[in-house]
Amino acid sequence: MMIATEKTIQTDTQSTGNAWDVVRIRRDFPVLAQTVNSKPLVYLDNAASSQVPQVVIDRGSRYLREEHSNIHRGVHYLSQRATTAYEGAREKVRRFINAREARECIFVRGSTEGINLVMHGYGRKSVGVGDEIVISAMEHHANIVPWQMLCEEKGAKLRVIPMNDDGELLLDEYEALLNERTKIVGVMHVSNALGTINPIKEIVARAHKQGVPVLVDGAQGAPHLKVDVQDLDCDFYTISGHKMFAPTGSGVVYGKAELLERMQPFMGGGDMIRTVTFEQTTYAGLPNKFEAGTPAIASQIGLGAAIDYLNSLDRAAAHRYEQELLAYATAKLSAIEGVRIIGTAREKTGSLSFVIEDVHPHDVGTILDQEGIAIRAGHHCAQPTMKRFNVPATARASFAFYNTKEEVDRLVAAVQKVIEVFS
Amino acid sequence: MSELSELYQQVILDHNKKPRNFKRLETANRTAEGVNPLCGDQLTVYLFVEDDVIKDVSFEGSGCAISKASASMMTQSVKGKTRAEVGALFDEFHRMVLGELDEEQTPNQLGRLKIFAGVREFPARVKCASLSWHTMHAALNHQSATTTEDLGPDVVNEQAAG
Repeated sequence: MMIATEKTIQTDTQSTGNAWDVVRIRRDFPVLAQTVNSKPLVYLDNAASSQVPQVVIDRGSRYLREEHSNIHRGVHYLSQRATTAYEGAREKVRRFINAREARECIFVRGSTEGINLVMHGYGRKSVGVGDEIVISAMEHHANIVPWQMLCEEKGAKLRVIPMNDDGELLLDEYEALLNERTKIVGVMHVSNALGTINPIKEIVARAHKQGVPVLVDGAQGAPHLKVDVQDLDCDFYTISGHKMFAPTGSGVVYGKAELLERMQPFMGGGDMIRTVTFEQTTYAGLPNKFEAGTPAIASQIGLGAAIDYLNSLDRAAAHRYEQELLAYATAKLSAIEGVRIIGTAREKTGSLSFVIEDVHPHDVGTILDQEGIAIRAGHHCAQPTMKRFNVPATARASFAFYNTKEEVDRLVAAVQKVIEVFS
Repeated sequence: MSELSELYQQVILDHNKKPRNFKRLETANRTAEGVNPLCGDQLTVYLFVEDDVIKDVSFEGSGCAISKASASMMTQSVKGKTRAEVGALFDEFHRMVLGELDEEQTPNQLGRLKIFAGVREFPARVKCASLSWHTMHAALNHQSATTTEDLGPDVVNEQAAG
């Protein structure tokens, strides 16, 4: 059965002239080769967490087998090796996002921690009574709640960039929100719930005209798009490693050096100090100032390996292939009576949210799971977005470059089954 | 597929489509709101309690088929019962969906509620079935709100990540 499937895929990709060899790519991800409820797994929950290729698994386990030690501390051989591998991963991140310097790449657990770091380190120092923070209507809770906490603490105000019915931000309304009280803009690169790609360069340019720094939540951006922080000119950019083929616990917050240097530390502890006395502590330089305590060394080294893996692929072809899958799935699902796509922006990637008339997404998720298909059902940590579209929740299929058209067909058949059960 | 048809039986689908006692209860003297923050299910349970007896009951809100059908059948099951009777029934229902009570072997008062036994094969859905019961219980005990986060040992496999 597997062979037949592979044959179809090859024929299919040849006919569309796409050079992307998905059969070979799938072999890199051991988790994909399993059955769930006696059916081959169809993993369409990549926006929640992507799968990990064998080379990343191998790199993490080699570290644990041969190199494990604490970093930045020991004079001994293993500590040196661990430090070299860990700092090597940081350099890989620098190149991946084209930061000027590696010390601008702070290792964190993921985007959530990265945003909280900026809120504490930058926000608490810069925001005061009557000041304003601008975020967008489609933000993930990770880019809403920390700013709300700050507003509450400082007596500041949260302003929200509205979006249209397709899930696109309204840039003129955005520009009207910016004023001398605006202290920071926080916006996501790609929406996890809607799939919208936001025009970050434009958003940054308009904020900078007013001298306002911009934080970009790149959790869904980095896995699908080429990220060049110098070209975007954003002031902060966050990455969740586990959404781009690395282990959980890995991630980055990039910040421009001059901003990071002015910021106060997020957490206090070991490895982030220069000197400590009971009277006073002076802090270490970048990036250590923001990396108190022993970090997730194996995971961050894994992130470095995931970047190597991505660099070994033709990323432009991967992107084209993902766009084809998304277009194919959108066309197939829209054609089913009773199915409505939520998020119809012109520029989309990764996520495809939908609702079925009179069926709750949670029930869709359970029935699809019985068919071996993993999707996300719920509010996607974006409750204001759900409210904007008048739905309590959506079902979301989210794609990676290892998914296939055959998997989309299975999704479509399963959605039809859901409609049958509830008819 | 057999487990699936066990979960989505006709009775459940029927209560989902036409939930009973699905309204605001004007005479209510106790209400509570229940939410499941993981999936966004939200419902309000209204009770009219007199002399320790639930004289009338209704609910409103949005949720999946399992939570809606369970709420609907909950209202039918608790109406006219005393606080003690309702407490015992809730306990049996809760243990059944958790798989701690064999509803076929152990004597119980569950009756038609046995239809929810299939939920235990779907750990991520146990809270959907029990949300309305917890909310009713909170209202009965003069609490204004309950959330599945605060609830005991229900197993939930939902991912909270975006």
